Amino acid sequence: MSFWTYFHKWGSPRWFYQFSGRLMPWLAIPAVVLLLGGFAWGLAFVPPDFKQGNSFRIIYLHVPASAVAMGAYMLMATAGAIHLIWRMKLAAMVMKSVAPVGAALTFLALLTGAVWGKPTWGTYWVWDARITSVLILFFLYLGILALQQAFENQEAAAKACAVLAIVGAVNIPIIYWSVEWWYSLHQPASIKFVGESTIHSSMLRPLIATLTGMYCFLGWMVLLNTRNEILYRERNTRWVKDVLTGAGS
Amino acid sequence: MSLVWAIMRRDMLASLRRGSEWSNPLIFFVMVCALFPLGIGPDPKQLAVLAPGILWVVALLASMLATDSLFRSDFDDASLEQVLLSGSPLFPQVLAKTLAHWCMTGLPLSLVSPLLGVLLQLPTSGMWALLLSLAIGTVVLSVIGAIGAALTVGLRKGGLLLSLIVLPLYIPVLIFGSSAVQTAVEGASYTPQLALLGALLLGAIALAPLAIGAALRISVDQ
Repeated sequence: MSFWTYFHKWGSPRWFYQFSGRLMPWLAIPAVVLLLGGFAWGLAFVPPDFKQGNSFRIIYLHVPASAVAMGAYMLMATAGAIHLIWRMKLAAMVMKSVAPVGAALTFLALLTGAVWGKPTWGTYWVWDARITSVLILFFLYLGILALQQAFENQEAAAKACAVLAIVGAVNIPIIYWSVEWWYSLHQPASIKFVGESTIHSSMLRPLIATLTGMYCFLGWMVLLNTRNEILYRERNTRWVKDVLTGAGS
Repeated sequence: MSLVWAIMRRDMLASLRRGSEWSNPLIFFVMVCALFPLGIGPDPKQLAVLAPGILWVVALLASMLATDSLFRSDFDDASLEQVLLSGSPLFPQVLAKTLAHWCMTGLPLSLVSPLLGVLLQLPTSGMWALLLSLAIGTVVLSVIGAIGAALTVGLRKGGLLLSLIVLPLYIPVLIFGSSAVQTAVEGASYTPQLALLGALLLGAIALAPLAIGAALRISVDQ
């Protein structure tokens, strides 16, 4: 099978609907197992931090939510670029599906950060560079959701959101560099791919579990949303009627 | 190049003759700045501390509200469609329109800002930093705002939506701009902030017209 036939297959909503149906359990089961298992491991079995005591345990929700919220934005911008360049409708549907999930995860990151900040720094909110960047990320998501709803024409909405998502992707490097630029209160990243991590391995392993679980969760939710979008947009076709009435698979 | 000059000349003339297009943002800037002493009290010390931030935020809002009209009249009389159909490269034309718009909004805002600085008790040491940071920063604001204006020009209810999508993108400019004024007031060198604003300006001018052009095509096509 050549690259282009492979590529064209991805452009077919019907093929993607069937493919994603088979793929979904492979994301849903790891998401549930890793998230629940990781939370239980992190909350009950990891030793408390020698400075922060038990309050640090919120890291097992905070870090995955923040990381995946940023990853989701990159996914959305990439899908938008694919839609603009190759006019692939499926990419537009994926982009539309990521936005609400990403916004919710960004909100979760801000909320857990605030809850964690109270016992650690003595305040719920600090205008620190990194927190501010995540807040900007949340605003970017809200802007895209607002723009999406403002258009009546679905095609124009998808293209406009794609342009805005790509422009907003400029924000992502700023989030990463902000720690070094305006270093103030937030600790620099503890997980390093190069060099030694500054977090103990007994605390790190459950974190990696919840982080992986959160990525699977994002994939699962995006697939669910995209499948709904496919059914809605193709609602007048024969195969959707067959799927909904249970005539086909 | 002659095309760029022709577009800039035409847009600036049209804006000059219409009057309200360049004067309204200025009046907004003055009025909102005058609201702050009324809201937080006339204590000169307190105003002096807040002035850099107030002046920058209000200038940013004035510039953003002015951006809404950037492509509006061209879209309404369909001359925008003719430009897109003409096949000549969009990049210089879009840039020319945006810069002309800046000359009629951002530039007057920056020139007036020292006067408002006096009203808000901004220490004299911050005046040049205010003028220069606004002069560079408002170009970036106009260029970024043009992306939002191009995306929303085809929608009936553009105004509030424009601010929702554009304000998050303005934040780095605001951070560096007001920090330039603050450092100047504290007596330190504000060249780094101006250099960063300059970097944002060059980056925005190089990349944003591509996004503006694409957004205009989407708005006209729908």
